[in-house]
Amino acid sequence: MCAPPFKVSHLAFSALVAVLPMSRRLALTASMSVRIAFGGLLICTAVCPAHAMDGGEIARNGTQAGVPACASCHGDAWGGNAEGGFPRLSGLAEGYLAHELDSFADGSRDNEIMGPIAQGLAPEERRALTVFYAGLRAPPPDGTPQPDDTASDRGRMLAQTGEWTKALPACAQCHGPAGQGVGAAFPPLAGQPAAYIAAQLSAWKAGTRRNDPLGLMKGIADRLSDDDATAVAAYYAALPATAIGGAR
Amino acid sequence: MNLMTRFTGRSAACLALATAMGGLAVLTPLGFVGAETTAPPFVPQADSAIPDDDFGKVIRLGERIFRDTGAEARAFVGNDLRCANCHLDRGRLGHSAPLWAAYLVYPAYRAKNGHVNTFAERLQGCFRYSMNGKEPPLGDPILVALETYAAFLAHGAPVGVKLPGQGYLKLTKPKRLDLAHGRDVYAAKCALCHGGDGAGQASPDGTIVFPPLWGGRSYNWGAGMSSVVNAAGFIKANMPLSQGNSLTDAEAWDVAAYIDSRERPQDPRFAGDLAATRKAHHDSPYDFYGQAVDGVTLGAAAPPAGTVPH
Repeated sequence: MCAPPFKVSHLAFSALVAVLPMSRRLALTASMSVRIAFGGLLICTAVCPAHAMDGGEIARNGTQAGVPACASCHGDAWGGNAEGGFPRLSGLAEGYLAHELDSFADGSRDNEIMGPIAQGLAPEERRALTVFYAGLRAPPPDGTPQPDDTASDRGRMLAQTGEWTKALPACAQCHGPAGQGVGAAFPPLAGQPAAYIAAQLSAWKAGTRRNDPLGLMKGIADRLSDDDATAVAAYYAALPATAIGGAR
Repeated sequence: MNLMTRFTGRSAACLALATAMGGLAVLTPLGFVGAETTAPPFVPQADSAIPDDDFGKVIRLGERIFRDTGAEARAFVGNDLRCANCHLDRGRLGHSAPLWAAYLVYPAYRAKNGHVNTFAERLQGCFRYSMNGKEPPLGDPILVALETYAAFLAHGAPVGVKLPGQGYLKLTKPKRLDLAHGRDVYAAKCALCHGGDGAGQASPDGTIVFPPLWGGRSYNWGAGMSSVVNAAGFIKANMPLSQGNSLTDAEAWDVAAYIDSRERPQDPRFAGDLAATRKAHHDSPYDFYGQAVDGVTLGAAAPPAGTVPH
């Protein structure tokens, strides 16, 4: 088996990313990401034959072409990384994951880490990964601290009722009453890292994420203040994601 | 829904509106009663004004029923809709048939049933038609709670004045309805949430999130929303959700006509004669009940009315 050398690349990438503060991580240039990615390539190609079509293998260990293990940022317990703001991928709809990988690759979801990674994945590798993650059940909550009461009240109100004087429907009207997600276009929000949700709202507002159907989220994000984005992100981060996802 | 696939642009003849508007008052009493004087926009009081007492408990129950009708009023609901699907912001939003305006309109004479209706009786009609269910008996705690919630929202509103935002937005009547155009608008703007087959969408745990617009789990042929006039006004002001007033009037009319020319549960007043039911209750160029669309006569093989759980 080729697990040990792959593990090295996974750990190497983890270590490189983890030592950077969040702002620095987001500021990683494309070339740095590619260099990191190809650091793994040297190890992988020397040791490993073709295992690329196993999504779990890619998620754990990366690809032969040097794309790093998804688990290095998204968590090897499949729960994401709350501290780093990296989303949980387990239990997301296959169609949603595919759309996001395509969006990273074509730049409509402009992200300096994920752009080169998505571009480095062959179509069949993307497909294997989406099947793998869609089939995973979201892990139980990791004891993420509950938001304080003020944020929670405001966040709950925006999530469950909306603020119609600003033409803001409740998040729940599209993402489900428990933030459990609907279909391929409306991902689960429950249990996603607060930093991740807030960063996406900010990306829609700034126009760096432009892959939302009908431009729905752009319109929503434009009407949310930074405080509201923070409150609603904290609300969903504190909701359990245990009901979400496949059988594995 | 097979209708969708059988529907073709060629046979989707535009519906010429030869007749006058005479039949419409039958369908939309909310829009036509009340004095013609206008008032400033009405803002219903906030949830924080709900008193912390037994009266307040009933207001809160009404609000819960309004949000989650299938769970809170299960015995009377025969489809996958909630009150709040068509009365947005929990009955608070103008041009989305707000409860605060409806509450003040009753008692009112309704041509729909030929007598003066109380607000509670009007609510019964919602269950019978829009919810494709069964009328809670007058005095039932569910009706009491809904009426109490409506009264709470209407607190402070002037009586006998036509309030802006009452009912659904009134659009200028088009010269024709173009079903082929409506189908294209539906595919581009509506199917994302409501599904290509109009059946709505549920989350993976089975919770209905996006309401069905036609088919056996949607509103029946007796509902106000089965009139293209109401549907077009609602859609123009409110759809796609969060993007109200983004469609042109023609898009709103045509997509409303497309939605309201798909099959849906039978009109509960149907007694075996489709033509007679159409003549009695649907005699309008904005009502497709009993009409042939793409070779299918709507209402002829409709899913059953009043499918409440046993």
